[in-house]
Amino acid sequence: MFNSHYQLERYSIGLAVAIIVVASIGGLVEIGPLFTIQQTVEAAPGMRVYTPLELAGRNIYMREGCYACHSQMIRTLSDEVERYGPYSLAVESQYDHPMLWGSKRTGPDLARVGDKYSDQWQVAHLTDPRAVVPESIMPGYAFLERTSLRTDDLPSNLAALKALGVPYSDEMVHNATTDAYGQSAPDSTEAQGVKARYGDATAVRSFDGNAGVVTEMDALVAYLQVLGKLTDVAHAEPQLQGDAQ
Amino acid sequence: MVSTMTVGERQMALGLCVLVALCGLFMAVAGRNDLMGPQGVVVLLAGILGAIVVLRRLDAPEPGPERLASYYDEPIKFGIVAAMVWAIIGMLVGDWVAWLLAFPRLTFADVPWASFGRLRPIHTTGIIFGFGGNALIATSMHVMQRTSRARLPDQLSPWFVLAGYNLFCVLAVSGYLIGVTQSKEYAEPEWYADIWLVIVWVTYFILYLRTLARRREPHIYVANWYFLAFILVVAMLHIVNNLALPVSLSSAKSYSLFSGVQDAMVQWWYGHNAVAFFLTAGFLGMLYYYLPKRAGRPIYSYRMSIIGFWGITFFYVWVGSHHLHYTALPQWVQTLGMTFSVMLLVPSWIAAANALLTLNGAWHKVRDDATLRFMMVAAVFYGLSTFEGSFLAIQPVNALSHYTDWTIAHVHAGTLGWNAMIIFGAIYYLVPQLWKRPSMYSPRLVEVHFWFAIAGTVIYVFAMWNSGITQGLMWRTYNDSGTLAYSFVDSLLAMHPYYIARAFGGLLFLIGTAVGCYNIWMTTRTAPAARIAPAGQVPDMPSAPVVAGE
Amino acid sequence: MMGLEHNLMLGFAKSWGLFYLIALALGVVVYTFWPGNRKRFERARTSIMNDESGPWA
Ligand code: HEM
Ligand code: HEM
Repeated sequence: MFNSHYQLERYSIGLAVAIIVVASIGGLVEIGPLFTIQQTVEAAPGMRVYTPLELAGRNIYMREGCYACHSQMIRTLSDEVERYGPYSLAVESQYDHPMLWGSKRTGPDLARVGDKYSDQWQVAHLTDPRAVVPESIMPGYAFLERTSLRTDDLPSNLAALKALGVPYSDEMVHNATTDAYGQSAPDSTEAQGVKARYGDATAVRSFDGNAGVVTEMDALVAYLQVLGKLTDVAHAEPQLQGDAQ
Repeated sequence: MVSTMTVGERQMALGLCVLVALCGLFMAVAGRNDLMGPQGVVVLLAGILGAIVVLRRLDAPEPGPERLASYYDEPIKFGIVAAMVWAIIGMLVGDWVAWLLAFPRLTFADVPWASFGRLRPIHTTGIIFGFGGNALIATSMHVMQRTSRARLPDQLSPWFVLAGYNLFCVLAVSGYLIGVTQSKEYAEPEWYADIWLVIVWVTYFILYLRTLARRREPHIYVANWYFLAFILVVAMLHIVNNLALPVSLSSAKSYSLFSGVQDAMVQWWYGHNAVAFFLTAGFLGMLYYYLPKRAGRPIYSYRMSIIGFWGITFFYVWVGSHHLHYTALPQWVQTLGMTFSVMLLVPSWIAAANALLTLNGAWHKVRDDATLRFMMVAAVFYGLSTFEGSFLAIQPVNALSHYTDWTIAHVHAGTLGWNAMIIFGAIYYLVPQLWKRPSMYSPRLVEVHFWFAIAGTVIYVFAMWNSGITQGLMWRTYNDSGTLAYSFVDSLLAMHPYYIARAFGGLLFLIGTAVGCYNIWMTTRTAPAARIAPAGQVPDMPSAPVVAGE
Repeated sequence: MMGLEHNLMLGFAKSWGLFYLIALALGVVVYTFWPGNRKRFERARTSIMNDESGPWA
């Protein structure tokens, strides 16, 4: 009446294989070509990488879940371009492992927030958002200023990214810890190397107003101030208004 | 639990616990200067706890061969209890963060772990993976045994799957509190937790195949197809999306292999298929088994269920890009995602219609039996949220809805109305049966839970529809001089009343769940023979005998 | 030269996808309505209604 065990097993494994085949095609077709996309999208020759301090800030941004409320992806819609600036290009997040485009705007988009406000504003806002914007519903992050930044693991962080294809030089990896300090202590000897390695446009200053120690606040503000500033291709490109495609 | 294992299995279980504890010890020591350290302690404690549980029963008498004549339901009971515990955790945190959005000053302390950004992933992980995942694993073990007429092949691997899976959930949630996250939505846990989940998941898959291989029915019932698709595709998604390079073996931090656009596409290929195969396929497996059983009528059309199955399996994997409309993703991928999303409505509605048509002729039962009503409402919300989803995937609609609370409304219409309702229905069906009670402790309280749940869902969803559409419109409104009419803060103020309403709706839903927990607890505590259903009451029967071919 | 590989992959993805879709749909429909499967489906459909008696030896 019933089939043998052997055949029964073949049947269930056949079903499993069919499911895998049917379910993987869509992903392959959509994702596969994206790995050759570099051939067709805009290039950004002068684009720089995150400094160690900015990278540490980015990791804090992820750790605190900022991405859950803030997007970093300005869509090609005229009202967004008007509100937030030129729409985001693929190349702008090419070094972002992972990307932080976000999917919810409980707060405004941050893709081009760099240099939009002063460091003092950023620090005050992060410390107590409602002291600056009374209607804000953002949580405060006062503890960032009290917490000194961990920098000893930055070389290995840069090395990991380098292994994944981000163009960090050996020198950058090697000096990551001191560069993180230097970028937030403009008068120190460590400060000189930062501009040499990451370019003259790199902001070297004490972001939280206290040059003595590097805090998590320094890192996060340094990151926020560089958002949208790693390359200016988006500003150079003639952007279409409206539903540009 | 341990006493139902053979002595050999107990020894192996002990060995596994020790192995886990050793891994934890290694993590704790090697990562002592890193967030890896505390995570290692969690693993270590889990291993020790497991070992104690096994040791205490190591010498208990072995179960006799007569066990083979019954289904192995002990792990299923554990899964149900775990699901309800996670339901309370997940919904409590969900409602708490909802209040935080309405009244941010409720953030009670200037400590990292109390802020919205770290709590929100506890809600999503706790509720999807903790509540949903445990319910899926438990029901799948129940369904596969019944439909195969075969007992689980051994007494160890089901426990390994459940305990291992819950360890993954605990690692994830405790990690967020201290700041461990990959920041990928619905895939936040870090690399070591991801690897652990792969091990657990492969065991789960093999367990499923081994049970099917023992089956005495020639044909594999369609509910198992859905569960299999859930297991397989989730494995595929999980592995690809989590490919990452750890900073070092003693560091909790890793960097995703993908960056920028590729990462966005991989992430939303994962993200949407987590919806498709975690929150849909497995749950359809539940629907296709428990709804007919409870209604006492076989599924309306078996053919529709097969066509629906392949349609869903095929179409869903194409639609991830509808999360990336108007972004830097190439236009052709967006169009593809939109097209397939609209086509997806067909198999989705086939499935929903099949469930509702099954109830034809049984509507009086739906009226009288809150358990069946949970399942019916789930099918309706499944139909509604897939319709809404296909609508939201259309580019111009998405231009308005994306980034707003409209997405949140859609999410919770699906998760509260569909996922949670079908789970509650299945659990109210299962609990009396597994604990061998004539009925739930109180059918009245099932009724109470139902009305709390439905009221909470409706309030939540309507509040978020209103707020989402308002938000979307305000952001794009221009005034006569051609500039934007509202600042971002203006839209924020408009949200306030809706956020309060949502938090209130969520509270109702949470209260309903708590009532359910109490009812389940009391059911398991009353002695089997002590309760006889009063005459005239709805028979809260475990399974209805039914004429074949009805 | 630039973009050749990309366009090739794109073209492949766009054209074969449709054929694949049609073939798959046909296969599923044939399987579902294959007369020989009718009895198995009917049996599966109804056999879940009384499966609590325990595993079959
Ligand atoms: C007591 C009931 C619940 C309440 C009060 C609640 C509340 C919330 C809140 C406040 C958010 C954050 C929204 C935002 O960031 O704007 C959220 C997100 C989410 N919730 Fe719930 N929730 C509940 C139940 C559930 C259930 C049962 C599930 C799943 C089974 C679920 C799944 C999700 C998901 C997936 C998200 C993320 C949505 C996104 O990122 O788009 N929730 N929930
Ligand atoms: C035909 C079926 C469906 C389609 C086409 C669909 C489509 C969509 C679309 C277009 C979005 C918005 C993306 C965005 O703008 O960011 C979305 C979000 C979402 N949907 Fe669905 N949906 C479907 C069914 C469901 C069901 C049944 C559930 C839950 C059980 C669900 C859960 C979600 C979740 C959790 C999100 C939020 C993702 C995020 O941004 O974090 N969807 N869906």
